[in-house]
Amino acid sequence: MATAAPKKKATSTQYEAVIGLETHCQLNTETKIFSPVSTAFGTPPNTNISAICLGYPGVLPVLNEKVLEYAVKAGLALNCKIAPYSKFDRKQYFYPDLPKNYQISQYDLPIAEHGWLEIEVVEKPGDEPMRKKIGITRLHMEEDAGKLVHAGSDRLAGSTHSLVDFNRAGVPLLEIVSEPDIRTGAEAAEYGQELRRIMRYLGISDGNMQEGSLRCDVNISVRPVGQEEFGTKVEIKNMNSFSAIQKAIDYEIERQIKCLETGEKIAQETRLWEEGSQKTISMRSKEGSSDYRYFPEPDLPPIEVSVEQMNQWKGELPELPAQKRHRYEEELELSAYDARVLTDDREIAEYFESAIAQNANPKQVANWLMGDIAAYLNSEKLTIGEIALKPPILAELVNLIDQGTISGKIAKEILPELLTTAIDSLQKFVESKGMIQISDTGELEKIIDKILSENADKVEQFRNGKTKLQGFFVGQIMKETSGRADPKLTNQLLGKKLKG
Amino acid sequence: MLDREQVHKVAHLARLDLTPEEETAFTQQLSSILDYFEQLEELDTENVHPTTRAIEISNVTRPDTLRTMEDREKMLQEAPEQEGDFFRVPQILSTED
Repeated sequence: MATAAPKKKATSTQYEAVIGLETHCQLNTETKIFSPVSTAFGTPPNTNISAICLGYPGVLPVLNEKVLEYAVKAGLALNCKIAPYSKFDRKQYFYPDLPKNYQISQYDLPIAEHGWLEIEVVEKPGDEPMRKKIGITRLHMEEDAGKLVHAGSDRLAGSTHSLVDFNRAGVPLLEIVSEPDIRTGAEAAEYGQELRRIMRYLGISDGNMQEGSLRCDVNISVRPVGQEEFGTKVEIKNMNSFSAIQKAIDYEIERQIKCLETGEKIAQETRLWEEGSQKTISMRSKEGSSDYRYFPEPDLPPIEVSVEQMNQWKGELPELPAQKRHRYEEELELSAYDARVLTDDREIAEYFESAIAQNANPKQVANWLMGDIAAYLNSEKLTIGEIALKPPILAELVNLIDQGTISGKIAKEILPELLTTAIDSLQKFVESKGMIQISDTGELEKIIDKILSENADKVEQFRNGKTKLQGFFVGQIMKETSGRADPKLTNQLLGKKLKG
Repeated sequence: MLDREQVHKVAHLARLDLTPEEETAFTQQLSSILDYFEQLEELDTENVHPTTRAIEISNVTRPDTLRTMEDREKMLQEAPEQEGDFFRVPQILSTED
């Protein structure tokens, strides 16, 4: 080649991160996993305790049937294989928040394995989403530990003694472990959000990260692109929002790349995300990894989920967020963005579906929901079920605009009242308020004639070439009709009359 | 055969403080127990699935309904130390799990 095309400068090594998430999700059952005491959050210390969750001698833990049902449903929703034979094991370690000195968990025969979920990552608003399947290694049931309050200091270091609250000990958890399929902080945050969406759709967990009902730990290593083996794995904990997960991972990727480039050794360790400094800090070295000496829990018989039972639970699964997104795009021809926003919350999605079931235009219903209605819910801190405007009335609103019965402008004006006042029929409501759009040619012509005769001088000016006065006449007509004149028809008739 | 190192490790995991004499004694005793169990290796277990239960029973569950439980005060009082609504524990020295 005579003239070399400008070549991209040979850059230094490209790196990629290999990320897996371990998520603990509290189930919203009434009672604990192995004992019939309350799981309520925020009650005074040690009020929801029993001899079973405190590990007193001679007690017998019995599995809560809802926990099994929820675990199987979550497994099915995550496209997992449900184990035909599953069991509990004792994971042994000493820590004051663990009263029995072992946690009842599942080790080699978890209730569900080999699943996946689909995430959608959007780089910039308006971009087509990148879809990716993230593998689920396993899902198992276990009990939560208690909570420690460190006296004399808000941190462990420096405290003189600690106080233990066992209200949380024995609250049911699902631990969900992903395959190391995640590559960026954004993908990890989206994975966490999709997982939470699925749990909320199933109605099995509130997914509240602040209260700790959803907790994500991240395993992350970095390697040069093309390298087969993984780099040294670091665990990050202590993120209590999805944006913190994203930021912690982005920070950690940079830190590990820097280590690789300067030849510094990456320690296999656990690091904590510090929200204040926006950094990860070393917590403890993981070398000589723990020996939990798992063995089968002798007090709990194994679980054999029958095919009939599994099929019944399968039949009870709702349509899941990813299925809804695909359907909204394919059948309702909504954009990927609209589909994502509408399906984020199951209640909103069901409201939307109930409105379009009344033959209202899906895109218009979506616009109202995502625009004025969402803004109202946000500012008033309400959920969609708490407003007076019910799906049939929203459907009627969209249909009355479509049919030309009311103008879009009037619709926007009456919305605040509709949001707070329940009505039976929007048609009757707008009629009684005299808000029906004037679309009758004869009636409009009469009004136009009146305006033109009152402004004879301006008509003269218009005819002499000052054509932008058309806007002035439209304004006068709207004023005269309190905005009820059909804008399209008005412009049409006005144009004809002005030409004379 | 169990060596001293293994006994030491098991003792550490169980948070047991053994004297050198005890370590020697337990190494011998535990080894002889394990040797005794090793007789089982004579059996052909090729087609036997690992056992996770002693009795043929599975799927024991209870309904998710609240029950009034034992006296809370009594449970708190059973602990070595109590402080208000809490169980009190000595200073935690290590975060190792």
